[in-house]
Formats: sequence, structure tokens, C-alpha cells
Amino acid sequence: MSATAEVERKPLTKKELAADKPTWCPGCGDFSVLALYFKLLQNRGLHHEKFATVAGIGCSSRFPYFVQAHGAHYIHGRALPFATGIAVSRQDLDVFVFGGDGDAFSIGGNHFNHCARKNVNLTYCVMDNNVYGLTKKQTSPTSPIGFKSKTDMWGAIDKPINPMQQAISAGATFVARTTHTNPKHLLSMMEAAMDHKGFAFIECLSECTEFYDGAFDSSNPRKGGEFKEISEDHDPTDENAAYALAEELVPGYFGVYYQISRPTKQDKEAEVNSKFLEKTKGMEDWEILQQNFNKMK
Amino acid sequence: MSDSSTADEVVSEKPKVSKIHEAVIRIAGNSQDGIQSIGGFLARLAGRSEQEVMTFMTIPSTISGGPSIFQVRLSSGEVLTSGDEADVLMAFYQHSYDNHVDFVKEGGVILYDTSHVEPREDLQEKFRHIGCPITSLTVEAIGGTAKDKGKNIFALGLVARMFDLDSTRIEGLITERFKGKPESVTETALSAFHAGHGYPLTTLAEIYEFEDPKARDTEQVVCTGNEALAYGILAAGVRYGAAYPITPWSDIMELLRRELPKYNGIFVQAEDEIAAVSIAIGASWGGRCAVTGSSGPGIALKSEAIGWAVMAEIPLLVIDVQRGGPSTGMPTNVEQSDLNIACFGGHGDSPRVVIAPSSVEDCFYTAIEAVNIARKYSTPVIILTDQAIATRIEAFGMPNLKEVCQDISPDLSPRDDHKPYDLSSADGITQHVAPGTFIKSGKYPVVTGLEHNEMGHPSGSPKMHTDMTAKRRSKLQALGRELPKPEVFGPEEGNVLMVGWGSTQGSLREATERARKTGDSISSLTIRHINPLPEGLEDIFSGFNHVFVVENNDENLYGYGQLCALLRARYCDKKIQGINKADALTWRVKDVLDRVKSKLEENK
Repeated sequence: MSATAEVERKPLTKKELAADKPTWCPGCGDFSVLALYFKLLQNRGLHHEKFATVAGIGCSSRFPYFVQAHGAHYIHGRALPFATGIAVSRQDLDVFVFGGDGDAFSIGGNHFNHCARKNVNLTYCVMDNNVYGLTKKQTSPTSPIGFKSKTDMWGAIDKPINPMQQAISAGATFVARTTHTNPKHLLSMMEAAMDHKGFAFIECLSECTEFYDGAFDSSNPRKGGEFKEISEDHDPTDENAAYALAEELVPGYFGVYYQISRPTKQDKEAEVNSKFLEKTKGMEDWEILQQNFNKMK
Repeated sequence: MSDSSTADEVVSEKPKVSKIHEAVIRIAGNSQDGIQSIGGFLARLAGRSEQEVMTFMTIPSTISGGPSIFQVRLSSGEVLTSGDEADVLMAFYQHSYDNHVDFVKEGGVILYDTSHVEPREDLQEKFRHIGCPITSLTVEAIGGTAKDKGKNIFALGLVARMFDLDSTRIEGLITERFKGKPESVTETALSAFHAGHGYPLTTLAEIYEFEDPKARDTEQVVCTGNEALAYGILAAGVRYGAAYPITPWSDIMELLRRELPKYNGIFVQAEDEIAAVSIAIGASWGGRCAVTGSSGPGIALKSEAIGWAVMAEIPLLVIDVQRGGPSTGMPTNVEQSDLNIACFGGHGDSPRVVIAPSSVEDCFYTAIEAVNIARKYSTPVIILTDQAIATRIEAFGMPNLKEVCQDISPDLSPRDDHKPYDLSSADGITQHVAPGTFIKSGKYPVVTGLEHNEMGHPSGSPKMHTDMTAKRRSKLQALGRELPKPEVFGPEEGNVLMVGWGSTQGSLREATERARKTGDSISSLTIRHINPLPEGLEDIFSGFNHVFVVENNDENLYGYGQLCALLRARYCDKKIQGINKADALTWRVKDVLDRVKSKLEENK
């Protein structure tokens, strides 16, 4: 598309963005994440050819089918490395990754840490429902101790992951928590994450009405809970303060726990490349390779 | 040293000079002695002297220490293997002597370090022993502290003297090698070389001179299989990749990591094998076929993701540099036991392309071929090499890089409409448009591991699963019809056809030549395309009474190696039989012929 044509194009409508009808259960928190993703794309005027939507496996990971755009539904737990591949090789695209708590913190736990430390420039939204929903109620890595599931019929016994603390300690440069019950807050977190340069991680509490009904009621004013927003006094560049804030058990506080500026994976690779590109400037690819072959004569 | 003929008369003090056609030199020591670099220098020298060369090495899978050998075969004619027997053994230690003396040809030369080796009395008649205080002379030449350093270069000097090699060229290679290091390093190395070269080999009755090699049309380059493959990947236009280190694959990822920045590419060292393959698939989805690689254990870890790429029909290049298995197995040894996982290691019905290059040169061109197949058929392609081919050094003609290098940048031009998994397309082959492509219809495809409809959206329809499964299969059947029919080495009719794949090609060809010289009716065939198989193999097989599939793997439960089992399943022909060994060493020519003979006996 030429630059002039882009200027004239209007933001996509919701109709233009919607694809398959979501297969989620009625009342599922993921609906609101999808709706606000559309809103985000509209607000930012992102057209179909400007972004990619990637997910792994799980209820929430069905996401790409519901978005009318270039999307990939990859294997369980590996959405982040897949997204890394697209994010480093196609830096012209905004890359959004969606998944659940099993995908992010259990089977894909290793990738979560490494993607954070590498500070790959992408947005990762984890819809955390504290339970395995697609496979019908097994314990998830974020299920609280005592949660009764089909794999812990007497109540979960393993200490749950603390996603905020894990992300901070792994080196993520944007760490935030939000909830599906507060759409305004959810959208603002998505916008902040998208604006952030680097690995932006949002944990969105997203209730599973089928298998963990009421999990986050204590943070929902409509259910008699309290939506505790992070105080304006909190300094998001203070790693220790962010870590301490995350001590509070889920649902805990909402907002940006931690945000710092650090060169992204893409930046660092470009820095390495620039030194070499100075030397190969103006050369055809085969001429560069010929230099190697000449050394093997 | 074959075809040895005396050129000069023996002069009283001077050793006689013999013209030789070829020589096999085995250098045995410990892994930290720099044995590989002596071999490397000799191989490079041969390449520049228009000679043929092939090397073989073993290294322990420890970080430092442990016995190691490097064998180099230099020839003025064609070289197919690194040689069954050595003409010269250079032994640095007692264990080097004891373990390798049996490998020396009767009448061969054993050059040993008198500081460490006590030669056996009973072998004095059988071999010509030449002692040289390698260690102490090296210390003398280059100074005392680093006792064993420089010994390799001293030994190189000795070899250069013995074979009357071009010492000016070697000096040039040494200088090149240490370029960028402090000058003193080069000087020390040259001192060690001169000390070795100047050592009076008084007990040596002969020095050898290679016959002039046949003049060649093209310049030669000399490199390992791993290097050739990595450069082939660059020539193919691949600019993104990811991997996790594992022996013997790591050389390739290190080279790609080092070279890709020159092309503004990125090679990512991933946190694990699964991340590596996933990053590569993600980059491939981005529109430019990407690469990942590993060895057996890592390929096992990547299997689920490769299955996804089969299902989503994404082009992908996967390299498997095989080693001894299963599990951690023998990381620094050769084995051809990943054919099954490469062809059949997927869950579900997941056909993929498998190609096995059969020489160092073939590694280079196979990389390009594989990338083009991956793109044309929108499929993962696995290149199966092995430790032997990966670490072996060979000389081959300089490729015409201007001609073979290709640009595979994604085409992001807008489309009116696009249906990636179109069941009614003329050739039946899926083609993706990369993310970032504007599609006027406003209908965008999804790529997925779920069974899907023509737009990539999930489908649970039995008919759709049937049609899509057939689509994924039939495109590879189409590829099979396009593949060239392999050529028989030797006559196309006869008693025995030895069939092999990958690194055994040289052994089988040399065995064929040797057998034919003694009147045995033996031919050989290399199958490069393992999956799908090329058409026409049954015609080739019909020309022979026996088809013996010689492999570097176990005969398994039913007596057939991995390729053999595949060929038997494909052709249901009883005359296809297996000749296998799983000692994690390359096939010696003599052993191949002995086993063919005994197999023929069994069949009587």
C-alpha cells in the first residue's frame, strides 16, 4: 500500500475485525478481552496488514480465529517463541500474543522467562482464569492452594506461580495486571502495553464461569469486592517496590507494576548487524559469501 | 602409499625419493594437542595443490583430554574415503601407539614421540619406526612454559618434510590461521614448524613426493560438511534461524550466527530446542523460509512443532546432524539412526521431505535444493547429515556463487483474495501469503495446527480431514514424481547392488571400484531423497540379483536397517537385504566387501 492510500483509510470497523463467532462459554471473561482488542486496533488505526495475532493452546488461545487478520494458532505453550520468530524477522508488524495460564506459566514457563529476559518487542496478554478450562477443570499453575479440581479433588497442594513476580524477576520491561470486569482499565493496560517498546506482559484476570465461578469476585465491585488500583505513588521503575506490591495474593492490585526502558532484542541485534553492514555495504549477497569461499581456497 | 615407484637412486646419506599417488596419514594424540589443526593444514594444503583430500576424525565428548585422532588422505587422484589403513601413523603417546598400530599398513611408517612412546620390540620388523623427541624439541624451539603447545605444528613440519610438501604454502596457511593474533603467536608457530621441518630424519630411508595431480578446470575449496551446509543455507537465501547448541550441529549455528549479520539476518540462540524450532517456524510464517537444526535428541524435542508445520503447511528447513543414539548416546560418533524419526517421527499422518547429502560438496547444494522444495511445496524439509560428513574435510570445485545465490524475500504485494488451503487449486499445493499482506476481500487466513478449512479456520468435518490429509500427502507424491532418478555407480546390471545413503557413499563407491578390479559384479547406489523416494528405483533393482542396503545403524528386530526397512515396505522385494553395523564408526571399504561376501554366502 502506498503511503497516500494509508492516510485515506479509515480505522477498521468492528465488523471488519470480527471473524468466527467465539466458541467461549457464556459469561467467559475472554469475550471482554476480544472486544477490547478490537477497540485497541480501532483506536490505534491498525489495519489488517500491520499486525499479527498469535496464540498457543487453551480456551483463550482460540483467539486468532475470532480476529479477521493474519493470525496463527500454534502449539501448546510455544506461542511466545513462535511470536519471537515473527517479531524479529518482520519488525514492520505489531505482534500480539494471547494465551492462558497453562500456556504461559506451565508448559510454556521456560519461554515466558526467556522472552522476558530477551526483551523481545511484542505484547503478551495472558487471560488467567486460575484453572484449566478447555480440558474441563484440572489444576492450573495459578490455582490457589485448596482449589478443588479433577486432578486435586482434595484441593490443590502446590504453591501457585506469582505471574507478576516471575515476570519482574525474569526481566520483563512492562508488567501489568488487569481484569475483564473493568473494561476501561483493561483497554488502558492494552494501550500502555502496545506503546511500550519491549516485552510487555499483561495478566488479565478472566473468569471461567464454568469451572471456577467467582474466582475474582473479591476484586469486582459488582460482586461486593473492591477494585484495588495501584496507587499513583507507586514508582513503576522501582523493581523492589513492584515486587513487594506483587506479594498481595490474587486478585491483588491492578495497574502497571513495573515498567522500565531497556533496549529490545531487535535493537540489540540491529546494533550488532550495523557494524557488519558497514563493511558489506553495496555488496551483493553472493559477493559477501564469495569472501568466505575465497578463504577456503 | 599406492603405486610407489622409485624415482631416484639411493644416495648414501640422502634418503631416496619415491613418487607416490596417495597417502593416508593418521595422527593420534589427545584432544587438546591441536591434532585437528595439523589435519586441517594438510587438508587445506591439498586443496590448494589441486589434490583430492578427505579427512576423518574422532574426538572424545569431553571438554579437554581423552584420546583423539585425525586422519587425512591425500591423493593426486580421486579420493572417496579417508582410507582403511594408514601409511603413516604419528603417535604422540603410548596409548596412541597401542591403539592405532594395528591400523598401519604393513611396511608403513610409525613416527613417534620418544618422550612418551616406547615402541614394541615385536613390531620392529613389521613397520618402519622413526623416533623423534617431539615434545622436548618443541620446547627447545619455542620456549619452555607451555609444554605441549606447538607440538602439533612441530609435527606438521615433520610431515611436510617426509612428504616433501610445499613448505612456503604451509607457512602461508599458518600465517593466515593466526591472523589477528599477536605477531609473536605466528612467529612461535613458524619456529615450531621450521624446527620440525629441519629435523634430520636420519632413520628415514625415503621421502615421498606426490605425483602431479590432474589439472582441474575450477578452483578448489576445502571445508567440512558442516561448513558447506551452513554456507549453502546462506546461498539459499535463508536469513533467519534459531537453534540450541548440541554436538555435532553446533558448528552450523555458530557459523550462521557469525555470518548472518553481514546480510542483516538474525540467528537466535534459543532457550531450548522447542523454542528454536518455534522461532524458526514463526520467522518462516513471516514469509521467508527459516532454519533450525539439531542432532537426534533435539530433533525428538522439535517433533511436535514440525508436526504443526506439516499441518499448517509452512516451509521450514530442519537440519539433523546425526550422532550415535539413542538418548545422549555417543555425541561425537557417527551413526545413521535418525532416518526413522526424520521420516516417521511425527504424530498423526505427517508426511515431510527428507534429503540426505552424500558428500561435503553435496551438503552445500542440498541446502539450496531443500529450501526450494520447502518453498515450492510449502512443507518442512529435513536434511539428514551425520557426524562423519559434518566433521570431514573434503576438497571440491568452487561453486559459482553468483549463479546459485538466491533471494527469497517475502512477496507482500496486495492480493484480491487468498485461500491458502485451496482444495481446488490446479497443482493442489498450498501457498501462503505472509502477514503484512493486504487482502482486498478483507478475508484473512489463519495458520493452525487444528484440522482446518480452506481459510485455515477449524473444521471437524470428516470429509475435510480426509481431503486435507490427502492434500498434504499428494503434494509430496507429486514431488516424488519430479525427483531425478538416482544414477548407479558402476554397471546398471549385475549380481550385487549396494544401496546406501549419506556419508557411506564414499565407502560404497570405493568398495565398488575395488570389487570390480577383482572381477566381482558389484555396483552401488546412493539414495539422496529418502522421503519421498524418487520413482524408478524398482527398475534399478530389477537389474541385480541382490540388493544390499549398507547402513551405519542396527539391523533392528527383524534384520533390516532403517532405509532397508523402508525400501522393503515400499517394494516388497525379498532380495532387498540389510548389511548393518552399529559400532559408531565409519564403514571401512574392506569391511563392506567382507560383509557383502558373507551375505552372498548366506543367500546361497
